[in-house]
Amino acid sequence: MKNAIAAFVSGTLFGLGLALSEMVNPARVVGFLDVTGAWDPTLLFVMGGALAVTMPAFPLVLRRAAPIFSEKFYLPTNVSIDPALLAGAAMFGVGWGIAGFCPGPALAALVTASPTAVLFVVSMLAGQWLTAKVRKQ
Amino acid sequence: MTEPNLVGGLTGGVLIGCAAVLLLVVNGRIAGVSGIIGALVSGGVVGDRLWRIAFVLGLVVGAGLYALATGGLILDFQTSGFGVIVAGLLVGAGTQLGSGCTSGHGVCGIARLSKRSIWATATFIGVGVLTVYVIRHVLS
Repeated sequence: MKNAIAAFVSGTLFGLGLALSEMVNPARVVGFLDVTGAWDPTLLFVMGGALAVTMPAFPLVLRRAAPIFSEKFYLPTNVSIDPALLAGAAMFGVGWGIAGFCPGPALAALVTASPTAVLFVVSMLAGQWLTAKVRKQ
Repeated sequence: MTEPNLVGGLTGGVLIGCAAVLLLVVNGRIAGVSGIIGALVSGGVVGDRLWRIAFVLGLVVGAGLYALATGGLILDFQTSGFGVIVAGLLVGAGTQLGSGCTSGHGVCGIARLSKRSIWATATFIGVGVLTVYVIRHVLS
């Protein structure tokens, strides 16, 4: 339960940040990716602001023997630059460029009950489910 | 076209960074949105689901609080119908195959100086730029 409360608070801060930075607006994201058009650098400032916190804080946090409410840190163990990583990132890039939505903003946008946001999220979950199913085989 | 919102971007980014630090220091988890939901849709482990659902609920509530305070969220969709479905499928499949999205690789992975995340972030931004170039400046 403590883990769920902490995750809810973290998610709320995250959602607030996505809304405040207007990353929930697909036009802003596509504006950032449109480097040869009317380029909108806002996304760069969002990533910069986030990294300004996480880059110094993560190493400090990971010096702890364990997190506050968990027995251990759950960190990715795969370190290889493999075809799945690059192919997956490329597929994600195409979808991101078409819609201007990545997973966080798409979920946050559900609060508007917009049919387009719902359709995107349902398709995204279907894509994840299918890929997980195929890779398990 | 959108006017740059540098103050909102930076402030929102700092909030996202704080959210990621909180999840790591309290739960020991990486705040990667695609990873958090990916484990839910692929079945996952019993007892490992509640915090994930709570995080997603928080995302929606956080955006809702902002909408309440300011009078609403602006969403200018860039595609519709079939385009939304194709984009959603690609984002879902791509983040599952590539083990992460903008938050997991871009914010958390780069902060851990993970080479995988640096490669992934460079790839999805590069391909995203190329995609928008083709859609906006070649096809139309």
